[in-house]
Order: sequence, then C-alpha cells, then structure tokens
Amino acid sequence: MTAYKVLIADDNSVDRKVLSRVVRNQGNEVIEATNGFEAVDIFTEHRPDIVLMDVMMPGLNGKEATRQIKSIAEEDFVPVIFLTSLSDAQSLADCLESGGDDFLTKPYNHVVLQAKIDSYHRMSEMHRTLLNQRDEIARVNRHMLQEQRVAKAVYDNVAHAGCLTSPNIRYELSPLAVFNGDVLLAARKPGGGMHVLLGDFTGHGLPAAIGAMPMADIFYGMTAKGFGLREVLREINQKLKSILPVGFFCCAAAVDLAPDRQAASVWMGGVPDCYLLRNDGERIETLSSRHLPLGVMSADKFNDQMTEFPMANGDRLFLWSDGIIEARNSDGEMFGQERLINVVRDSAHASDVYDDIQRAVDEFVDGSEQDDDTTLIEVVMDDALREDNESGVTKAGISQGPRDWSMEYRLEASTLKSFNPVPLMNHIMMEVPGLRAIGGQLYTVVAELFSNAFEHGVLGLQSSMKQSPDGFIEYYRQREKRVAELEEGFVRINMHHTGVGESGTLTLTLEDSGDGFDYKRHDREEGSGNNYSGRGIPLIESICDSIEYRGKGNEVSVVIHWPLEQAT
Amino acid sequence: MSVRASLAGNGQELVIQVDGRFDFSAHQEFRDAYESASQVRKYIVDLGGATYLDSSALGMLLLLRDHAGGDHSEISITNCNDDVRKILAISNFEQLFTIQ
Repeated sequence: MTAYKVLIADDNSVDRKVLSRVVRNQGNEVIEATNGFEAVDIFTEHRPDIVLMDVMMPGLNGKEATRQIKSIAEEDFVPVIFLTSLSDAQSLADCLESGGDDFLTKPYNHVVLQAKIDSYHRMSEMHRTLLNQRDEIARVNRHMLQEQRVAKAVYDNVAHAGCLTSPNIRYELSPLAVFNGDVLLAARKPGGGMHVLLGDFTGHGLPAAIGAMPMADIFYGMTAKGFGLREVLREINQKLKSILPVGFFCCAAAVDLAPDRQAASVWMGGVPDCYLLRNDGERIETLSSRHLPLGVMSADKFNDQMTEFPMANGDRLFLWSDGIIEARNSDGEMFGQERLINVVRDSAHASDVYDDIQRAVDEFVDGSEQDDDTTLIEVVMDDALREDNESGVTKAGISQGPRDWSMEYRLEASTLKSFNPVPLMNHIMMEVPGLRAIGGQLYTVVAELFSNAFEHGVLGLQSSMKQSPDGFIEYYRQREKRVAELEEGFVRINMHHTGVGESGTLTLTLEDSGDGFDYKRHDREEGSGNNYSGRGIPLIESICDSIEYRGKGNEVSVVIHWPLEQAT
Repeated sequence: MSVRASLAGNGQELVIQVDGRFDFSAHQEFRDAYESASQVRKYIVDLGGATYLDSSALGMLLLLRDHAGGDHSEISITNCNDDVRKILAISNFEQLFTIQ
C-alpha cells in the first residue's frame, strides 16, 4: 500500500497522539502540528497529501488555518478533513462551508478513517492528472495556433496573390477556422479580361486549405501564361482528383470575363444558383450548376463545357458558396434560396444588392453560430479590364515562343492499345503562347479527331451505333473488345504551325489505317441532328477555319487561325 | 441520425437507410454498413428518412461508389425529399448515381 504524507493538527496532545498512531500504523507518514499557525508553516514546508485538522484550536483556529492552506496550495487539490467532537448537522455543515472537504467525528472509526484517506488521495491524483492534461492541451493548442498562423501566412500568399482588390470586385470571406473551406481567386488575363474562381472544399480547415494551395497555384500560373479558363479548370480537376482522397472534392464556380467582347462564360459544378443582374434592367438571370464538382471525375471524363452569355459594362454577377443559403438563425432555420432571391428582387438597384444580401444574412443569423463558411462575391463587368495586365505575360510575351515548326507522330497498333497521345500533343501546342487561350478547345479538337481516327478508322466502329442509349453502351463494349484484339493499324498525326508573332496558323492532319467513310454524303447530311456522335462535331466547326476530308475519308485536315475572331 | 443496412434480392442487393441529418456524424456507421457486406452487386441508398445532407454526405456517397466499383458500380438513391433532391441536383450527382 502507498504511504501518504498526512498532516495532523490538534492542540489536544492526547487526541493528536492517538490519531497519529492509528494513521501511522496504517502505513502513512505523519507530521504533527499543535496549533493553526504551526499547521500552516508545516504545510508550506512539507506539502502533505492530506490534512486532518481540529476545528477548535487557540490562536489560529482550524477553519482559518484551512483557508490559508487552501490559498497556499493554489490550484493543487489538498483535501482537508476536519476533526470534531460536535455532531449536530449545522456544525458539520459549517466545517464544509469554511473550505474543508469532509469531517470525521470523534471517536474515530479506524476503517472509515483509512477509507477516507485513500479516497481523498485518489481524488487528488485525479485532480493532478486533470491539471497536467489541461496544461498539455493549452501547450499543444498554443503550438498549433502558432503553426497555423505561419501556415496561414503562406496560404494567403498563395491563395490571395491575385486581383481580388480590383475595383470591379467586392467580396466577403468569413473564415470558420484559421483556415477556410472557401477559396476565392481572381486573376487578370494577359490580353485583358479576368478569371474569377470561387471554390468550396468539402470540410474546413487543414484538409480544405491543402487542396486550395495547388488550386491557386495552377489558377494563377496558367492564367498568367495565357491559358484559357477551360484548360485551367481541366488542370485543377486533374490535380484535385489525384491528390484528394475519394469523397473529398471542391464545388466551384468559375467565370471568364471578356470585356472586349462584352461577354462572360461560367463553369459551375456543385454550387447553388448564381444571379446575373443587368445594369439597366430589372430581370434576374439565373445561372445553374451543370457539372459535378472539381476533383470528382477523372481527366478523360471531365466536362469543361462553359456557358457563355453577353455581359455589358456595369452588369453584375453574384456568386456564393452554400454557406449563405445554409446560414442558420437561432431556431436552426436556414436562410434559404427563396429569401436570397427575394432580397435580390427587392433591391432598389443592382448596385445595392451586395449590401442588401450582407445585411439580410447578418440580421437573419443575428449572432448565432455559423455552420459553414459564407462567401459572397460580386463581379462587375468593367471596360477598364480591357487593358493589358501589367504583370505576367503581356501581348509582347505572346509573340515569343516557337513560331514556325512542324512535327509528325505515328502511333502503331501496339502503342494505340494503351497510350493516349492527346495530352502530349496538347503539351506541344501549348508551347505556343498564342494557343494557350484556346487550350481547352484545342484539347477537345485533338481528342475528338484522334478518337475518330482510332475508333472509327483503326477499330472500324460505326458512329451510328451511338445514336441510341443502348447502342452507346454496346459501342463501348465493342470498343473494349476490339482494342484487346487489335494487332495492326496506325494513326499518323501531323502538326504544322506558322506564325508572325501576334497571330498564327495551326494545321492538324490525322490519317488512319481504316477504310475511311463517304464524307461527301456525310457533308450533305450534316445538321440532320444526330445527338450522340458525329464526325463534324459543332465545337470543331466553331473553332476551326476549315475542315477537309481527303482520300477515301481516312485523312482529315483542320486549320485554326489565332487569335480567334469570335466567341467560341 | 441512424444508419440501417439490410440485404435483399438473394443477398445481392444492399439497402442502406439513412434517417435524420446525413452529415459527418454518420461517417463511420455508413462505412460500416457497406464494408461489412460482401457479394453485393447493387446498392440502394434509401434517403426517405433523411432530412438534410451536407457535403460530407456527398463525399460518403462517392466513397460508396468507389467501393462498389467506380464507373461500374450500380447505386440507386431513393425516396429523396425535395431538399435532399435539390442538393444532389446542384452537385449533378445524377451523372454518377441513379436518383429515383
């Protein structure tokens, strides 16, 4: 059994000696004090585990000595048990009220005495553990906050390096933790205009911030180099897909402002409806999410299709994360889409909407705790954005890079079985700064031409199969089978580029080992509305200046002049 | 919040019922529900009793999809109320799951 250090304070020497013997016989170490003053001195010097204190003592009585001992002990728990011959309820209650923890009435019962000493010892042990844990938690917390402050500084440098402070943007990011599940990015495009991205990562804090770092890096890096927003999104999606665990993703709305064309395009995945307000009108135009969030789909299934709409100077776009809609009041009720649209509808003018939304949400929430990050951004179309960005790649930069070059890449059957050349082709084209702005579209063109050459040419699959949903599945079943059985065939890709600096021409020619098709007939039937497939997909037509089939239809050549004349 | 799982269709279908708020607190139970079942080919997530779901619930559905074979998985989400259906629609989850 463990020996405890027990202080016994009693002015009656007979009582004290008797009690000392009992306590000592039970295996404890005993220190004796003959009055209150001595008890306090001995306590200070020896720091006993437990104190047995006579209530009535001359000089300093037991209650006062207890008060002083408790004060010296500070936050340590030192149990004081009063020794008393009184037995009326009020006297016993007084003992506890004066700061004692318990009482023992004379004559002492040895068994109860030892049990009490043991019990209080356990309590002080527990108290000590608690204090240690509290101190440890406080220490760890201080350390973590310090680390987070440093990390946040790094994070802010990466995530907010852009132009959120532009006069055409107003925003609010309210962080739940030191870090924030919401990300706002804005960057000027080299040739004028702006990219804006609002992201809402699943979860908050560290996991969200970790995903935001590469996202911001890609966004700013690629925008500065002149890549189009579709290409930027494609890259971000692929990055997030590869680094985030399954089940973590980023809902996002991305906007490409093109003041020279007085137009904007959006890509929305997993974010609530956003509103477009005309400077001169009362109508609210709603933009809806059409895609899965970023980081869900693999690169080959990612849909980078954007929705374009006219946007004149002074027109405003409002974007938000679900935090605004899900903001709760003290009754747990959500703010909701309906209240939001009512606020927008009731605003006197488009320029008041931002303030009105903020005020309405604040009033609704009224100090109750937030569940989610609430992020709100207003983007106004502004003619001033037409001017070149001073930093990053300017128009002069576009004239650099490779101008006149060509290359040929021939893939044989064994390569075609498992290798997709499209990313490599795209990579080579992206060395030309002027092509970066249309990187997303170019990617689609090359991917489409290549899959036509490979699937319809080399594998001999009929595109007409894809016209029904059942056929669509059958098509891919057949494709898998034929790829596995493929033994001969080839696809030859030729890229040829000429440029004079601020403009250029890219010619892509693909030839395959297949039987070709009757392109003359196909040309006549064009526009007959086959939804699932087709060799002349509208996108290719919209970006290419010419599409020409040659020979027996197993060779196609497309020409693209940049910069593009009109919207794509 | 509660998660219940039961087998149907000769043990080849797993029905997972989630009641109440479907959020991060359901994480472990939801995972246990499908990880403990083997030989299952089709999954039905019954959200008839779910009042709300948040983005971590969407994440859990993606985890289930991954577990069930990714693009080859067969998962139906059934009995969604309007709020739940809206959240699934905003995220365009009908591209990944059959929502009834």
